[in-house]
Amino acid sequence: MKIKAIAFNTFKEAIRDRILYLLLFFAAVCIISSRLLALLTVGDKVKIIKDVGLSSLSLFGALMAILMGTGLVFKEIDKKTIYTIISKPIHRYQFLLGKFFGLVLTLFIMLLLMSFIFLALVFFHTFTIEWEMLIAILFIFFELCLITSVALLFSCFSTPILSSIFSLAFYLIGHTAWGIETLIKKIPPGVGKTLAQFLYHFLPDLENFNFKTEIVQHLDIPSDVYLYSILYGIFYTLFVLIIAVLIFRKRDFI
Amino acid sequence: MATVLKIENLHKSFKLGFLLKKKEILRGISLSVEQGEVFGYLGPNGAGKTTTIKCILGLIFPEKGNIEIFGHPYLSPKAKEKTGFLPENPYFYDHLTASEFLDYYSQLFLMKKEAKEEKIKSLLRLVDLEDSADLQLRKFSRGMLQRIGMAQALLNDPSLVFLDEPLGGLDPLGRKEIRDIITRLKDEGKTVFLSSHILQDIEMICNRVAIIVNGEIINQGALHDLISEKILFTEVILSGVNEKELKELGECLSGHGDRTLLKVFKEENVEKALQLAQSSKGKVHSLIPRTETLEDLFVGIVKQR
Ligand SMILES: Nc1ncnc2c1ncn2[C@@H]1O[C@H](COP(=O)(O)OP(=O)(O)O)[C@@H](O)[C@H]1O
Ligand SMILES: [Mg+2]
Repeated sequence: MKIKAIAFNTFKEAIRDRILYLLLFFAAVCIISSRLLALLTVGDKVKIIKDVGLSSLSLFGALMAILMGTGLVFKEIDKKTIYTIISKPIHRYQFLLGKFFGLVLTLFIMLLLMSFIFLALVFFHTFTIEWEMLIAILFIFFELCLITSVALLFSCFSTPILSSIFSLAFYLIGHTAWGIETLIKKIPPGVGKTLAQFLYHFLPDLENFNFKTEIVQHLDIPSDVYLYSILYGIFYTLFVLIIAVLIFRKRDFI
Repeated sequence: MATVLKIENLHKSFKLGFLLKKKEILRGISLSVEQGEVFGYLGPNGAGKTTTIKCILGLIFPEKGNIEIFGHPYLSPKAKEKTGFLPENPYFYDHLTASEFLDYYSQLFLMKKEAKEEKIKSLLRLVDLEDSADLQLRKFSRGMLQRIGMAQALLNDPSLVFLDEPLGGLDPLGRKEIRDIITRLKDEGKTVFLSSHILQDIEMICNRVAIIVNGEIINQGALHDLISEKILFTEVILSGVNEKELKELGECLSGHGDRTLLKVFKEENVEKALQLAQSSKGKVHSLIPRTETLEDLFVGIVKQR
């Protein structure tokens, strides 16, 4: 329940942040401008709108997670509000988890808002509410949870700017993990190959959460692929959170 | 009397700068605080007072040393249940109102709904912020922040309260308000650990003090043991008296116009000075006996090093 108290306060604080609404605004601009893009290209207009829309959701959701996630813990330490919290009968892991869930709740609401804009736009073209889009969005949410935990992890020992850069790198590399995979096949055995293999296994493959193409193209996805992605998301997030707690527990608040 | 807080041989250093050079901040602090007393932790700026308090509350980890609160190891939730803390220059979530803020913190103690509301009300009354209960903390003045900080420190009805420079940066009225609250706490039988670099504050409210300079405790004990209460000298200001005659009674310091400031060391000479003023139809403007103050002690000790 202490976690809940911290989570709700974090949420209350987060939804006051102007950055959030700036990003929300740009997300809306991107989603809506996909219509413009669709007019300029040949081919299935609705597909382009869906593709661009879902990508915007993922990108701006990730930016929100990173910019908020890296600032939240740092701000509490910087402004020393953490002093009075940690001196109460509360464990440090409870504080960190409270921050995590508060942010996840914020992102959930933001994702809902963006989805609403997106689905409304699709509705104007197809005159049906395409509920299966929500599956793709659900996996975007799983991805955002993971990114939030990574942002929190970095913010436990580094400044917001550095943490944001690290987290952004994590996001970009995570979406190009297949690139590392092909790299591994091409380079000869040696130090370089081992390093690439290490990176490939240690960094997450965020493409596991990317069902945009399949859903937009109405392709069949076996249910065990879904299950794998869900478990992958949960365990990776847990793993990152545990490391964050281990670092946070030993930290001096000076 | 039971020992409430016991610190033994506390060491802490910070690694600073690019090269992570080690700087010793606390060099073996030992002290103990007894139940029901107002304990003054006195030292100049940068002596390590805040660092000590942060160690006790588990905000930073000492390299060496032992801390016990009510006989519990200091990091245990049991110890924290019974303590309260007001940090130096407190800052709180400025988007919350005073009562929202106290409500949030009371949730960290898992207080029951009714008990909670009751407690928040009585605390707002205690710190005289009833009228500002629905005002956002961003609109609070320095003194109001200090008082709401005091209220959050008392949410769990702690037996031991840590106040880090609670009177710092306040105007005389603000200082009095906080001092009154501390006196109330003392009357309720709570133990107060109070850090300050201002001597008068400590002199006025503390029973026992420890003096910390440069990370070491250099003196510790009851206030009246540290300071002698005998009169060191008496300052007399007179006018219309022949200065030559006065010089025999004590040290003649500067004079404004015809006034002379006389520093008299022997008690019988004070009498003589008064008689002299009377016989030569002069005037006595003031007569102040000076006892040793904590400041004298403090300045003496700091100078010695
Ligand atoms: N965050 C910090 N980083 C580096 N040095 C610090 C930090 N905080 C305090 N210090 C150093 O520790 C010493 C003690 O500080 P502090 O405990 O705040 O003193 P006090 O509360 O008695 O004024 C000072 O010399 C200060 O320079
Ligand atoms: Mg201090």
